[in-house]
Amino acid sequence: MAGAMPDEMMSSRRATGWRAAAWAVCLLLFLAAPARAQTGTSDVSAPAAQPLQSVTFIPQWEPQAQFAGYYCALQRGFYRARGLDVTILRGGATRPPSRLLAEGKADFGSLFLGKAIIDRAAGVPLVNLAQMVRQGSLLLVAKKARGIRVPADLDGKRVSMWGDEFRIQPNMFFATHGIAVIPVPQGFTVDLFLRDGVDAASAMRYNEYHAILNSGWDPDELSVFPMAEAGLDFPEDGLYCLESFWRERPQAARAFVEASIEGWLWAFAHPREALDIAMSYVNGANLPTNRVHQQWMFDHIRAAMMPDGRPENVGRLDREAYETVARALLREGLIADVPAYEEFHVRLR
Amino acid sequence: MSGSAKTPPRRLGLAVRLAALILTATSLLFAVAFGYNYQQSRALLLKNVENSAKSLTMATVSKIEEVLHQLQTVPEAVAQGVGSHVIEQPQALVMLADFLRDTPEAFGGGLFLEDHARAGQARREAPYFVKRDGRVVYDPLGADYDYSFMDWYMLPKHLGRPQWSEPYYDEAGGNILMATYAVPVWQDLDGEKLFRGVVTVDISLESLQRIVAKLHPGISGYAFLVSRTGRIVSHPNKALIMRSSVFSRAEEADDPELRTVGRAMVRGQQGFARLGGKAIGKPIWIYYAPLPGAEWSLGLVIPEDDLFADLTELHRDVVLIGAGGFTALLLLVVLIASAVTRPIRLLARKTIEIAKGNLDVDLPVVSRSDEVGDLSRSFHEMRRALKEYIANLTETTKAKERMESELKIAKNIQMSFLPKRFPPFPDIGAFCLHAQLEPAYEVGGDLYDFFLLDEHRLFISVGDVSGKGVPAALFMAVTKTLTKGIAEQDPDPAVILAKVNNELAEENDAMLFVTMFCAILDFRTGELAYSNAGHNQPVLIGADGAARFLALPPGTAMGPIPDLSYETRRILLSPGDTLVAYTDGVNEAQDEAEELFGNERLLGFLRRTRERAPDLLTRALFAEVHAFAGKAPQADDITVLTLAWNGPDADACPGLR
Repeated sequence: MAGAMPDEMMSSRRATGWRAAAWAVCLLLFLAAPARAQTGTSDVSAPAAQPLQSVTFIPQWEPQAQFAGYYCALQRGFYRARGLDVTILRGGATRPPSRLLAEGKADFGSLFLGKAIIDRAAGVPLVNLAQMVRQGSLLLVAKKARGIRVPADLDGKRVSMWGDEFRIQPNMFFATHGIAVIPVPQGFTVDLFLRDGVDAASAMRYNEYHAILNSGWDPDELSVFPMAEAGLDFPEDGLYCLESFWRERPQAARAFVEASIEGWLWAFAHPREALDIAMSYVNGANLPTNRVHQQWMFDHIRAAMMPDGRPENVGRLDREAYETVARALLREGLIADVPAYEEFHVRLR
Repeated sequence: MSGSAKTPPRRLGLAVRLAALILTATSLLFAVAFGYNYQQSRALLLKNVENSAKSLTMATVSKIEEVLHQLQTVPEAVAQGVGSHVIEQPQALVMLADFLRDTPEAFGGGLFLEDHARAGQARREAPYFVKRDGRVVYDPLGADYDYSFMDWYMLPKHLGRPQWSEPYYDEAGGNILMATYAVPVWQDLDGEKLFRGVVTVDISLESLQRIVAKLHPGISGYAFLVSRTGRIVSHPNKALIMRSSVFSRAEEADDPELRTVGRAMVRGQQGFARLGGKAIGKPIWIYYAPLPGAEWSLGLVIPEDDLFADLTELHRDVVLIGAGGFTALLLLVVLIASAVTRPIRLLARKTIEIAKGNLDVDLPVVSRSDEVGDLSRSFHEMRRALKEYIANLTETTKAKERMESELKIAKNIQMSFLPKRFPPFPDIGAFCLHAQLEPAYEVGGDLYDFFLLDEHRLFISVGDVSGKGVPAALFMAVTKTLTKGIAEQDPDPAVILAKVNNELAEENDAMLFVTMFCAILDFRTGELAYSNAGHNQPVLIGADGAARFLALPPGTAMGPIPDLSYETRRILLSPGDTLVAYTDGVNEAQDEAEELFGNERLLGFLRRTRERAPDLLTRALFAEVHAFAGKAPQADDITVLTLAWNGPDADACPGLR
């Protein structure tokens, strides 16, 4: 049986590719049908008959391959085909999506699941339209040279972490291993870690981890503790709008999500072109990054969006995952109570 | 057949082989010398290049350090002053503003204090100056601006010492590359150092980039600067600045060598390394050294082509000269070798002709005093000797031919005189007669004769002339003629011999002599009268087969001495008696061991044989002698005459049946 294993695995991987393509086709048909039914117009491919609805979208960070699917949806005309005239705002530290949504400066935003639950509890009535990144990429990274090889080695060490919602998993991780660390706020870079200002740092696998590698550290010189593998797999990027928007313009919200998913699936099918498109946004923002890094990010985001390799599941928020995150937030005291899954999440898929 | 069908093995001339040998040896020497020279000069050059790259790099490093150091002093003084309360905040801000005004590289600067340092107060705006259109403007950061998690704030705070930030583009979105130098402010509180905040200056890296850009070693070499994360800060290719790092370039091109160099650079190491060119596109040498202050690293890139351009050109020239030299050498060697071997080749060709017999070919004249000259002279000598020898040989051959023709004549003379018709007297049955003479190669002077003197008397003779050749043959002819003439006049054997002797003795200057046995048979009665002149004893075989030598009267050989007397003896034959007369060619015949046939063997044979017919008996005797002699050459004429008396009334010879 052992001998048969690789073949099975290979054939299943191959089948996944075909299945992906097949599902992409089914998905398009499925998406097209309700769009036609709801808009009531005769043909979705002739949207000129209907005036385009202007909407804005705010990603939670600077332009990068993390948002490649949205850029692709825009560039390839998937939004326009669904009657949307989408403006993608430039994200960044000073433009948190919750605030822009609350202020009415954006219609749709991309937020981490935990952050969205916290913000909703804090009074921003966010609704999850789709859970795009379904697998967590958060890591704790340390240098082996500083004597950190197993989680217990972190005890009493300085560990840099981002804001509240990024500390839930590490804190649970530390509790699990019965250790206490000295938390240090983490900025936008891993420079403090690289300069040994801290012993360990938080890192997204698709971003900071690669930045560390490309600052001259080899994987075998690093101890990496992935939160997802420690049973702390929190979904990340999701698409959100305000409850009011969802109530008033459900078709627009639905169209936005469908086109976004189509953009991502197209990007996965055309990684080179998708990266070209993403790089045009990156370069437009004059960001100090490069294609190699964006390629890494794209590849890892793709894996995080389809942990099961099934395109039909892209965008799905699992109740269990939601409740795991929400309960963790509750336990950490970041929220007072857990919003009902049905209230928080609009099941579009 | 197959051997001749094969193509002959490829022959390489001496000249070609010599040239090949010399050129191979020379090439090897040249290649070794060239390779050694190339390696050595390469190593030497590399060492020199490393040294000059090192001094260039270090000079630039100290230049950059100098610039950075100048920019660092004022912020450090301000931080020191604020921390120790030597100066108050307003004063510090004035110092910062003055610094910005006086320092073209400085773009902004501020004082950012910890919130708790202003205990009891709400968070206030942070004082910050920035240059706008060349003027220093006070532009405080809003109270809601949380800088506590900015790198330029956290790095000095957590590391406890001034820090250069990673480079970044200015906030205004321009293209000016900046870096912030942030100095922590420490307050001494009861002996405990308390972090109060940071003093920052934002500094344009343009002047650094200019310094680095000035550095371009070789033809297409260049220098580049990387930050402590390997990010490219200065590079001739502007598109790479800030966007790429040595590591991203290495990853892009899958160039682990570049990554290794990058790791050494960001770790503040100094070194000289070769990169295969996966990322750069061509092999390069790189010298790198750290900037101690900012912990950045400066790299000096020298393309290997440039590095070895002169060396390559030099060695190309050497190779070209070498190739030219080889060609010249090849021509020279071929020329010399063919000049040396030309006479040899010519001689070889001529020798073939000489071997074919053409001794009159033109032999080349080589007037050199070397081995080839010697060879040529030897050839001339050889030809001369050959010619002489052949001339002699021709002469000898002619003489021999002449002699041989004389011998033939002699033989012809000899044979023409002998009666050769057998049976000679077919009408007479009283006796049978057969004779045979077998001349040796060199003609001897044997003779035999027989004729009827009247109707009942037969004369027979067997003789042997001394000497050989024509004289002997002529002497034999004379003897035979004389004998016949005299016998017809005076039919007594002794008288005949005496008269013939006298005739021969006259004018016999050559002193030739002839032995002879002659006899007259009265074939009515069987009386045989015979005489002897120094001849062998004939054998008489009785009818009963008993053979015995016929006793001969003494008598000297005829010829040299005149007036000799001979004796005639008479015996009476019985019918069936056979007389065998012969010359010494029979009994003195030799076998291969030079043993003589001898009288005993002769007598033995004649007793043994059953042949009675004279012709058969004669032939049998010849056969016996030949069988005895085997392959030994016949030295003398062999003559046998056999006479059988059948009785007076016999009507025919038994041999004529």
